Amino acid sequence: MHLLVCGGTGCKSSASDTIVENLKAELEHNSLEDDVQVIMTGCFGFCEQGPVVKVMPDNTFYVRVTPGDVKELVAEHIIKGRKVRRLLYENPETKEPVSDSKHMGFYRKQIRVALRNCGFINPENIDEYIARDGYSALAKALGELSPQQAIDIIKKSGLRGRGGGGFPTGIKWELTSKFEADQKYVVCNADEGDPGAFMDRSVLEGDPHSVIEAMAICGYCIGASKGLVYIRAEYPLAIERLKIAIKQAQEYGLLGLDILGSKFSFDISLRYGAGAFVCGEETALIHSMEGHRGEPTVKPPFPAESGYMKKPTVVNNVETYANVPVIFNKGADWFASIGTEKSKGTKVFALAGKINNVGLIEVPMGTSLKEVIFEIGGGIKNNKEFKAVQTGGPSGGCLTSKHLDTPIDYDNLIASGSMMGSGGMIVMDEDDCMVAMARYYLDFTVDESCGKCSPCRIGTMRLKEILDKIIKGDGTMEDIDRLRNLSSVIKDSSLCGLGQTAPNPVLSTLDNFMNEYLAHVKDKKCPAGRCKSLMIYKVIPENCVGCTACARNCPVNAISGERKQTHFIDTSICIKCGACIERCKFNAIVIN
Amino acid sequence: MTKVKSLADLKKMQEDLQAKLKVRERGTDPEGYVRIKVAMATCGIASGAKGVMEFLIDELDKRNIDTLITQTGCMGYCYAEPTIEVTLPNKEPVVFGYVDIRKADEIIEKYIKNGEFVEGIIPVNYESIDNN
Ligand SMILES: Cc1cc2nc3c(=O)[nH]c(=O)nc-3n(C[C@H](O)[C@H](O)[C@H](O)COP(=O)(O)O)c2cc1C
Repeated sequence: MHLLVCGGTGCKSSASDTIVENLKAELEHNSLEDDVQVIMTGCFGFCEQGPVVKVMPDNTFYVRVTPGDVKELVAEHIIKGRKVRRLLYENPETKEPVSDSKHMGFYRKQIRVALRNCGFINPENIDEYIARDGYSALAKALGELSPQQAIDIIKKSGLRGRGGGGFPTGIKWELTSKFEADQKYVVCNADEGDPGAFMDRSVLEGDPHSVIEAMAICGYCIGASKGLVYIRAEYPLAIERLKIAIKQAQEYGLLGLDILGSKFSFDISLRYGAGAFVCGEETALIHSMEGHRGEPTVKPPFPAESGYMKKPTVVNNVETYANVPVIFNKGADWFASIGTEKSKGTKVFALAGKINNVGLIEVPMGTSLKEVIFEIGGGIKNNKEFKAVQTGGPSGGCLTSKHLDTPIDYDNLIASGSMMGSGGMIVMDEDDCMVAMARYYLDFTVDESCGKCSPCRIGTMRLKEILDKIIKGDGTMEDIDRLRNLSSVIKDSSLCGLGQTAPNPVLSTLDNFMNEYLAHVKDKKCPAGRCKSLMIYKVIPENCVGCTACARNCPVNAISGERKQTHFIDTSICIKCGACIERCKFNAIVIN
Repeated sequence: MTKVKSLADLKKMQEDLQAKLKVRERGTDPEGYVRIKVAMATCGIASGAKGVMEFLIDELDKRNIDTLITQTGCMGYCYAEPTIEVTLPNKEPVVFGYVDIRKADEIIEKYIKNGEFVEGIIPVNYESIDNN
């Protein structure tokens, strides 16, 4: 028999360590230590109900266990084989206790649809994909459906683009199918440029065939025989797996001429990007694939009408494609039953930042931010206070504690001043300065702006300079007004989505964290203690014993003072490295 | 390699492969293979999954334990890489996190040989949609 005790950070902070100790002691007391093993595990993702203890093999799931419960647990469950009812999880609806965790599927907030094969099959073996119903969606489309019928299934499913814009995929396919041309193209956008995002990379590394199959289906729907994957060269493993997968599909005749005897032919080749954020924008991406500079052009014409080589082209994101085969296999209604009214299905997020369980998660649309951060993500690192989460990367905004209960979907995120983006989620805690965060993203957009239009090229630079000024402590109230005005000009007049969204991090921090801006501008203070220019290191004379440890360790000799005398920091020399604070044993140095 | 020429071909192939997979899945094959999946996405490899996989292959061979070791994609527990999933015959799969060479050795000696759990188990926290 095994006792699994949750050792996630949440449960640990509510004494799961002591529970383990007590369990071991109690088992020993009853001479059961050889028969029952106590094991501390990773996070169960059920932190709200922690600490959690699971008994195996009968799968009994105890919640909110305290060290005091251990005696009863061993005496009742282990020795007498009776479940301790008061510690069982209670179904919130029926108020019935649920004992077998197999029947508690609902505590698992995650459903893997796009990631269904990731971490399950060997991505380099097409047979494993086929055994998981792989290529049967393509076979079904080719054998049983007309292109329009196949498009209707996607339309009915409610699938929307996962690359940021959220455009309905079925409608995009239908539009493209309507244009007459001798050649059309299916493009997969695998540029994934958001800092901190790795959903698309993981899909391609873990399940490349699902993208290949979906691209072929799209080709059938719109009447294209060529597919192109635009992938950044910084993703060597994804590229390799994709190449292997394409080769295997060709060998099986699932790509190439006359697929499955249907007369439909389709093949896929790769195009490599050099890792420019703007090349993720579909018109820039198309130009880059054509061998031109990766610069956007005005839409319309949309790629659906005139895309790659001026031919009708569908551009979809990796994760969008990964959902397509499942929709055919399990039905549009099944897919549409997951999610919210206007956002169907699931969304993959890359959880990063100050969160315990950094990782790749997939939740139904409509899951709240609280569930994502505090249950699946295991809460904030080191028990710090949650401050904000940035979604949508450099084009998005931050969501704060007042948004924790907001169901995550395309429309709610926009209403909250952020956006879905491609699915990066960067979590920030009390130690993060929101002004510095906004500046970080502006730094990114300044770097990544292609320079074609002036609002974006010059405007983002000016925004960054104003933020720099505020961070240095030289900001004025007029600067804050200037940030707002400039932001709205850039939004309204930029050529492409990059410029149109670049001010979002500034605007959303202004909206949600005005007090932090004011602290920097008026009080010349950084509340999070992040902005170096606003920090002053000081000796507290009452605490200083004159041990000289700080002075000896200061790399720039900014500290003076005789032995056994109070020391003094010359702030004009001090570089604020913090070496003195680390060395001081008497808490005599503080940052103001 | 044979081409899949028709829908019927694919169906047939699917059935064969599924049957094979089921045998493996249920652990009902007479030989009772131990199965190990190593998460080998960028996150896993960056944390040393390759070394762990090589170690497992070599050592299980040396210690005469019949095992089927495959690589797979990201299981989602990037904070705990390298991660591996071990399925003993007739048992449910168990995922272990933070698997370095030492941990891998412990997993072979304790879990694979004796069915004893070792620290570092990661509870599966998602539903994966099944076939059909
Ligand atoms: C600056 C910028 C960067 C973008 N980067 C990406 C990207 O990395 N990946 C992506 O799929 N879409 C990206 N997009 C969105 C694409 O333009 C396009 O909308 C998307 O690929 C369409 O696919 P979907 O409908 O499946 O989402 C970006 C857009 C902009 C404006």
